[in-house]
Amino acid sequence: MSISVKDVEHVANLARLALTEAEKEQFAGQLSAILKYAEKLNELNTDGIEPTSHVLPLYNVMREDEVKPSLPHAKVMANAPEEEDGQFKVPSVLE
Amino acid sequence: MSLLNQRLREVHHLLSRKELSVTELVDASFKRIAETEERIGAFLTLDEEGARNTARQLDEGSAEGAGLLYGLPVGIKDNIVTEGLRTTCASKFLANYNPIYDATVVTKLKEARTVTVGKLNMDEFAMGGSNENSAFHTTRNPWDTDRVPGGSSGGSAAAVAAGQVYFALGSDTGGSIRQPAAYCGVVGLKPTYGLVSRFGLVAFASSLDQIGPITKNVEDAAFALQAIAGHDERDSTSANVEIPDYAAALTGEVKGMRIGVPKEYLGKGIDPKVKERVLEALKTFESLGAVWEEISLPHTEYAVATYYLLASSEASSNLARFDGVRYGVRADNPENLLDLYRRSRSEGFGNEVKRRIMLGTYALSSGYYDAYYKKAQQVRTLIKRDFDQAFEKYDLIIGPTAPTTAFRIGEQVNDPLTMYLNDICTIPVSLAGVPAISIPCGLADGLPVGLQIIGKPFDEASVLRAAHAFESHTDHHKLRPAL
Repeated sequence: MSISVKDVEHVANLARLALTEAEKEQFAGQLSAILKYAEKLNELNTDGIEPTSHVLPLYNVMREDEVKPSLPHAKVMANAPEEEDGQFKVPSVLE
Repeated sequence: MSLLNQRLREVHHLLSRKELSVTELVDASFKRIAETEERIGAFLTLDEEGARNTARQLDEGSAEGAGLLYGLPVGIKDNIVTEGLRTTCASKFLANYNPIYDATVVTKLKEARTVTVGKLNMDEFAMGGSNENSAFHTTRNPWDTDRVPGGSSGGSAAAVAAGQVYFALGSDTGGSIRQPAAYCGVVGLKPTYGLVSRFGLVAFASSLDQIGPITKNVEDAAFALQAIAGHDERDSTSANVEIPDYAAALTGEVKGMRIGVPKEYLGKGIDPKVKERVLEALKTFESLGAVWEEISLPHTEYAVATYYLLASSEASSNLARFDGVRYGVRADNPENLLDLYRRSRSEGFGNEVKRRIMLGTYALSSGYYDAYYKKAQQVRTLIKRDFDQAFEKYDLIIGPTAPTTAFRIGEQVNDPLTMYLNDICTIPVSLAGVPAISIPCGLADGLPVGLQIIGKPFDEASVLRAAHAFESHTDHHKLRPAL
């Protein structure tokens, strides 16, 4: 699998990354090499093999629906880069 | 001998009778840090004031009922959150992040009355095996300061090897506790997936991440694990299993234990001197009455590719939370919300983190999901079956922790694929979710070699028992770097 600069731009957009031209070139080469290495997996026939998402035999861990103390509001805002009236502030989304 | 190198039971004896104050022990820790830190650089944040306050409080209070970890100066890897103590994940993105709660393991260590000395360096977001991916500085190996300490828990391993702290916590996703422990000549234990709560561990790859201790010897590892293991309702992936008495497992007895030695772990790419040390270690086990045979874990050669697809995919999802809205870096004067996300992330993340987010996003993207992500999950099943089958016949699996000893700083930095292959012996174990320890088994050209002992799920007791028996009959763990 060869990854072009155009592919890199598409994936960077999905990943919400703004890459420089130099980074795009570098990642195109490196991702191509890594994916070429990953093609090794195609040597294996995995027809009918269940995928493993994690190794514990756990399904739908439930708990009682009880009210418990939450973090205080002021604390939650403590690391906010920008806030207003106790809310996280972001640039306007709608024109 | 420094107090920090004395056996835990001796230190505990003095502390619990107040013949030694916690303040004196904490002084010894900061004295050693002052002597060595300029050359090692294990820490990202030191909390001398907080540590001394804690020490004073402990000294003023009663030592009655003090557990074995009472008063010990410890270091915490910087991806484990500590309330009020800066936690950066060695990323510019979180350079000023001040957590508002403690990770469960930190709460448990506080309950055990340890003293947190500071936060330890790592590869950014735990992505890397050399500490060269830290956004702040590269920690150096105490055995040879031109070499890497390994990673990603390189600061944790270096701090313990240099005698700066009594023990440290690390985290392991594909080998990040075991490989640096091997490179720095200390003990590193990755517990079974789910044994230790990850609440408050900044997530990298959620199906693999696990917290564990890095210590000077196996006994300390058993005590530290005892303190942090156990179910936590705040981590729904923590297992609800009974926690045995790990110290009770340290009988020194391995007679009749059956050990499988995978030929894939001693084949191509393994440094002959590393192999020699491992074979010598197997002779020691033989002399203690254990039996070993060569076995095959046939899917080993597929593990690295499987891991990099799965871990990067999970990382690309987990790291989506770093958006510049609630904490961390925020780009100046964003044009709109999308621009804010893109630029904040690009300014905050380093090269390797971006590379893995890109790889993971690609593997999960429309049209490639089945070919890469699902395929890797299926191969993971095959890798796990290799272990299941081996453990039907054997109690333990033993091999090297890493194919070589510590490499030179800068040697592999431009070659991600070569760097990834350093984890060839640790990654399969992570994918299978089973416990493993790395213990020192001698030197090769003056650098430590790690022996990896792998156990059945939740059978840390057997892993510790074998490791302790080996240690009791050898002196490798007593070797300290000349700093």
